[in-house]
Amino acid sequence: MKNYKNKSYKLTVFVVLLLTALIFVQCKDDDDNGNVIDVISCNDGIQNGDEDGIDCGGSICSPCEDNQLNFDGNFVQEDIAGRPGVNIIFGITDLSKNNYNVSEVANRTIFQEDFQEVLEHYYDIYAISLDIPVDELNYENNIFDWNAGTFTTIMSNYDALQVAPDGPTTYYNATNNLVFTGRYLSDDVMDFTLKLIFGGADGTRFDGNNSTPQLTTDDVGLGDRDFTLSFPYLEVPLTLE
Amino acid sequence: MENFIVVNLNNYYKTMKKTKLLTIIGGFSLLLLSFIFMSLDHIDATNVAGTSSDIADFFAFEGDNPDNTVFVATIQGILAPGVVTENASFDENVLIEFNIDNTGDFIEDLVIQAIKRGDSIYFFGPVIPNQTGLESDVITSAPNHIVQISTTEETFITNEDGMSFFAGPRRDPSYFDFNRFIDIANGDAAPEGFYPPGESTDFFVGLNVLAIAVEVPNSLLGNAPQHILESQGTISGLPPAYNVWVSTKRKE
Repeated sequence: MKNYKNKSYKLTVFVVLLLTALIFVQCKDDDDNGNVIDVISCNDGIQNGDEDGIDCGGSICSPCEDNQLNFDGNFVQEDIAGRPGVNIIFGITDLSKNNYNVSEVANRTIFQEDFQEVLEHYYDIYAISLDIPVDELNYENNIFDWNAGTFTTIMSNYDALQVAPDGPTTYYNATNNLVFTGRYLSDDVMDFTLKLIFGGADGTRFDGNNSTPQLTTDDVGLGDRDFTLSFPYLEVPLTLE
Repeated sequence: MENFIVVNLNNYYKTMKKTKLLTIIGGFSLLLLSFIFMSLDHIDATNVAGTSSDIADFFAFEGDNPDNTVFVATIQGILAPGVVTENASFDENVLIEFNIDNTGDFIEDLVIQAIKRGDSIYFFGPVIPNQTGLESDVITSAPNHIVQISTTEETFITNEDGMSFFAGPRRDPSYFDFNRFIDIANGDAAPEGFYPPGESTDFFVGLNVLAIAVEVPNSLLGNAPQHILESQGTISGLPPAYNVWVSTKRKE
């Protein structure tokens, strides 16, 4: 009897252990046969499922509204423009022009020296062609009495269009003595810029008269353009007709 | 007659001229390489030339309503009429920003942002930017307006809240004898300079560009600061003026 009792005790312990083990087996999460249901809500405040935006679009939610378009991201400067022609006229090298385009307006001090060198280069070209020592033909103060340093500082360090809210707009108007109060589509900005570069104190230094080179005007005007239109003030595109 | 025309060269000058000439040719060779062809800002530098962010030109002026200021940017010149213009499109990854400095430090205090989505351009602002300088994000919390992009056939304008908006192809408003200017910069037009009347050519006369135009009440732009030429150019009597510029920024 003693042995029987001992065997019976061992069997009981075995069964208890087995049942205990089965409890853990049953707790394993493999009993759903793949029928997982992922609940998607169109008002849970997050973009999930096949939604195109947060709680919109996809196969279940209503279409995304315009204001739910994605405008995210960091945008990095590639080009910039203030006054017309500045980088083209005064940029000294391709590298310098590229650098100018990715610089801040308020951080252009480093370009002033190059601008002044380019200004003198234009004069050197004509000195050579006219058989004059380059040291003897130089920029002279322009109609505003700006010397080369002041002129190229204004062009490099303050390269923005100035626009006066109380008008009138003009890039330059000798009649009412206004300068840089905006830029109309019709303003002959390049002629004025050339006059500042080549015109000297009275604006006529190299105007093509008296056997001088013609450098204060390109003699191109508006042509047949119409700048009297209302907003957007620009002519419709030209077509092939 | 300018006295330099009649200067008689002596041997000293001749020797000096040759030396200087070599120096100048060397110094200018880099400059000359960069003069391909371009507009007043068109294709002004190799990194941006011909891309969807290349600014062609920029205008800012008093509107038909004198209480408004108009900003016009042209980009992606040079577009020939016909298929090239019809196929030109704004880039959804390029943010076009009009910058307004109303304090006189040449740092933008307000921006008007424009970016393409679908068949429209979305405008945000004028609004204080989250950050100034070379990088931006789109300020979607700002007042915004939408204009459908115009085509070569049809013009769309949005007029809302006292503002007007336009985006689409237009005739290039810039005018300049650009090719002759390149000759001048290259030294190939010396000593004559530009052509006399009747012989000059407007490079842009037959071309189109993509344009963005915004008209804004001045009341949304703040008070204008002292004109920069009052302090830097010693010109007195100029009215207060905002400092404004346009920039293009590409999504990283």
